[in-house]
Amino acid sequence: MRRMIDWLVRRPRVVAATAAALLLGTGSPAWAMHISEGILPPAWAGLWFAVAAPFLWLGLREVRRRSGASPNFKVLTGLVGAAVFVISCMPIPVPFTGTCSHPCGTGLAAIILGPAVTTVVAAIALLLQALFLAHGGLTTLGANIVALGVVGGYAGWLVYAGMRRMGFGVVVAAGAAGLISDWATYAATSGELAAALHGGSSFAATFSAIALAFLPTQLPLGVLEAIVSGAAVRFLAVRRPEFLEQPHAAVVV
Amino acid sequence: MRGWRALPLLTLPLWLAAAPIPARAATWDGVDKTVVEKFAHDAGRPPREPLINTDRGDLLLFVFLVAGAVGGFVAGYCYRALFPPGGVKKA
Repeated sequence: MRRMIDWLVRRPRVVAATAAALLLGTGSPAWAMHISEGILPPAWAGLWFAVAAPFLWLGLREVRRRSGASPNFKVLTGLVGAAVFVISCMPIPVPFTGTCSHPCGTGLAAIILGPAVTTVVAAIALLLQALFLAHGGLTTLGANIVALGVVGGYAGWLVYAGMRRMGFGVVVAAGAAGLISDWATYAATSGELAAALHGGSSFAATFSAIALAFLPTQLPLGVLEAIVSGAAVRFLAVRRPEFLEQPHAAVVV
Repeated sequence: MRGWRALPLLTLPLWLAAAPIPARAATWDGVDKTVVEKFAHDAGRPPREPLINTDRGDLLLFVFLVAGAVGGFVAGYCYRALFPPGGVKKA
């Protein structure tokens, strides 16, 4: 890391160009997987709230249990929650398609906090975005929690835990977790939309059409999320390995 | 293995540098508009106005300002917990 910082310090023009490109590229938030207010019929919106509720209950119970064991856990949860909030509304332009989308961050969060707590931080991030940033929606909050928090978090965690058990290193496992959690989130959003809006055509046909429409943008963004997740976990493994030794990681180690 | 460290640093600028490459219908809209809302419109369920709409004039900037102030206060108040001098102690 020190070498990386030295490398950056010696190249101020590269840093300035990157910062300028980032500023220009992040002019306004992106709300790619967020299902907006009013799109889902009330019955479907209610169903997704019901699906999200037990996962939220599990997550809140886990937060209470682990906060009792370690006073720093709430602080760590807050930090990771802030990261998920920012990552899940950070627009990345995809040159090949001429559209923007955002990574999810829940794969990385699940590695650090575990999937249950990830559901809680994703729910808080989505609630704040719906309340204060006029995107996503309060009626569609349940569906968005299921896609980003539940599917994204658990998919990322399962991939990471599975690959670690198979003997893969933390960087490769975290990269795969970031990739799969990103794609799984968008697959879940496709499924939620297809279930509610397929109308006369079949669910499978509508799901395929929506997933294929996401594909050109989300395919490269998933790869980008894999690189960022792998790098972040590598950094933690070197500098703060205790973050990767949380109780939920017991299934891996 | 040393090169991987520069990978994220190099990927992002290269990615963004490629942004001006003319793409088909390069509107830079989010996929919420190009995918989610498109399918919702086609299915006869277009999105409606958010229940709390902060996307008006400079209201969104004000919300960011308040959020930044509150977040900064909380981070400052919990500075020792966030950045302990000797690192995070194991439970």
